[in-house]
Amino acid sequence: MSKEQDTAAVSCKRKKTGFIKDVVKNKFSYLIALPAIIYTFLFSYMAYPYLALAFQNYDYRNNTIWDILFHGNWVGLDNFNFFFKSQNAFRVTFNTLYLNILFILAGTFVSILLALFLSELRCKWFMKTTQSIMLFPNYISWVMVSYILLSLFSTEYGLVNSFLRILGQDTVNWYATPGVWPAILVFMRIWKGAGMNAIIFLASITSIDLALYEAAAIDGANRAQMMRKVTLPLIMPTIIIMTLLSLGKIMYGDFGMIYALVGDNGMLYSTTDIIDTYVFRALRQVGDVSQSTAIGLFQSVIGFIMVFGSNWLARKFYPDGALF
Amino acid sequence: MMRRKYTWGNFAIGVVITLFTIVCLLPMVLTAVVSITNETAIMKNGYSFFPEEVSFYAYQLIFSTGSSVMRGYVISIFVTVAGTIGGIVITGLAGYTLSNKNVEYRGALGMYFFIPMVFGAGIVPWYLICSALHLRDNIFALIVPNLLFNTFNLFLVRNFMSGLPDSLRESATIDGANDITIAFKIYFPLAVPVLATVGLFYALGYWNDWWNAIMLVDDKKLYPVQYLLLQLKSQISMLRDLQYVSGARTQAPPTESLKMATSIITVGPIVLLYPFLQRYYVNGLVVGSVKG
Repeated sequence: MSKEQDTAAVSCKRKKTGFIKDVVKNKFSYLIALPAIIYTFLFSYMAYPYLALAFQNYDYRNNTIWDILFHGNWVGLDNFNFFFKSQNAFRVTFNTLYLNILFILAGTFVSILLALFLSELRCKWFMKTTQSIMLFPNYISWVMVSYILLSLFSTEYGLVNSFLRILGQDTVNWYATPGVWPAILVFMRIWKGAGMNAIIFLASITSIDLALYEAAAIDGANRAQMMRKVTLPLIMPTIIIMTLLSLGKIMYGDFGMIYALVGDNGMLYSTTDIIDTYVFRALRQVGDVSQSTAIGLFQSVIGFIMVFGSNWLARKFYPDGALF
Repeated sequence: MMRRKYTWGNFAIGVVITLFTIVCLLPMVLTAVVSITNETAIMKNGYSFFPEEVSFYAYQLIFSTGSSVMRGYVISIFVTVAGTIGGIVITGLAGYTLSNKNVEYRGALGMYFFIPMVFGAGIVPWYLICSALHLRDNIFALIVPNLLFNTFNLFLVRNFMSGLPDSLRESATIDGANDITIAFKIYFPLAVPVLATVGLFYALGYWNDWWNAIMLVDDKKLYPVQYLLLQLKSQISMLRDLQYVSGARTQAPPTESLKMATSIITVGPIVLLYPFLQRYYVNGLVVGSVKG
């Protein structure tokens, strides 16, 4: 997206034609962009005025945005106060950040390790086969993954408990033990995503100039040294960028993952309930529109700051990798 | 390429990779095996890789006429096909505009698409807008919201088309081609690889989606197969329905194997698309993630 800036800079130097004139000149181009423009307007820009609900007590008779803006029951920051005074605010915010940090750290570590190992392979068919299989979990839905989780951790029939029985240990009711769930979630996350991320890192490893390795070999470096002194430093920019990108999204939990794997299992909320699942319940099960708008707005604002913060950092470390 | 000695280190790396591959594959195998295991054998031994007695009863139930899983399957296929076609068209067309260097305001237009990416309003406004547009409890509610157009895909198409040489447009213009001809005769045919990539992104997004269903659809007849699968985890009643429809009420409902069988059939289309996924999806993701 740095391209955009370049072109913007170039067109600044030229004299700009008027917008209407440009539309007339490029009728066809503007016309075919219209579906995307309208879609974005309807579902993204039209959404902003609705944020007023965060400062109101929602009245079900207010159906149109006009009613909401001009006949709303304004309550100031009450919705935010209510949320932040409840214990839930801390719990869901903490869980969102904590789980995301675990995902980023463990996920990055495993994928880099896998990528380094994959890059050492020289046997073509072995490489192809393992890579194909590794990517498979990435394509399936979290619902499907939840069944896999069930086959492993189901209390009655699960593989883990069967194993414990064979060892003569007591079985564990995993779906009622919140303490183990961050670990389970991290494991499933890695299971599903590490293969794909490894391929992305692998792409940046294979773009490294082979002459560097030859030079290192002449200097007597062994392969472990090459990995540490040549490969790692050279893929560092990619690692930093990918990490910063996920850091920008740290306020957004993966609803699809958490809801599919945990669902409405209240016993696990203490460690697995994230902002997204909390807002979902507030809206769809409790029906508290104003409250859930307020929490969503809180999430968006912090998320926005995180995106800009991480982008600022990216720019500092590695200007080419900045998102914008 | 440089020659390297095959050492113990190399062997160890091979073993680690093999192990990870097995870990990726094994749970799927277990699910598949359980789906063809006789229910009483599951009750007795738990889920096992080695079924005591094989039974395809679960699949019989799923594929019996009038089964809710089959209906969900058909809905999912329809939604995926319609949504993917729509997504490719909307994204491809707008991608052309953003890459057209004659359009002076393409930078501003890019910004217009980019802003919602960094600051979204959250799910409640989105939900209220869908309701206001009557995207509730109908097939469009599964197709239009959330998935039909994705900005990341748009930028992928734009970057690809911007990468095509400018001389293409210039020489075509000299030959008297207008914008329409240039787009449909030159740019879109050349952009087939990237359109295939975003097509797969859309297709997979639709196939695996249950968000639209959980948020916007209450009518059970419209549930896509992924959402049925999610509900199946906790619902025994649906299993009874399935058995009732198929006219077999003598056997005990194959709860566990049926769950696993349903989850296995949702993976079917992904396996069919696998060669394309390897070729286009992976490349697209790599290009989208690592620049330069």
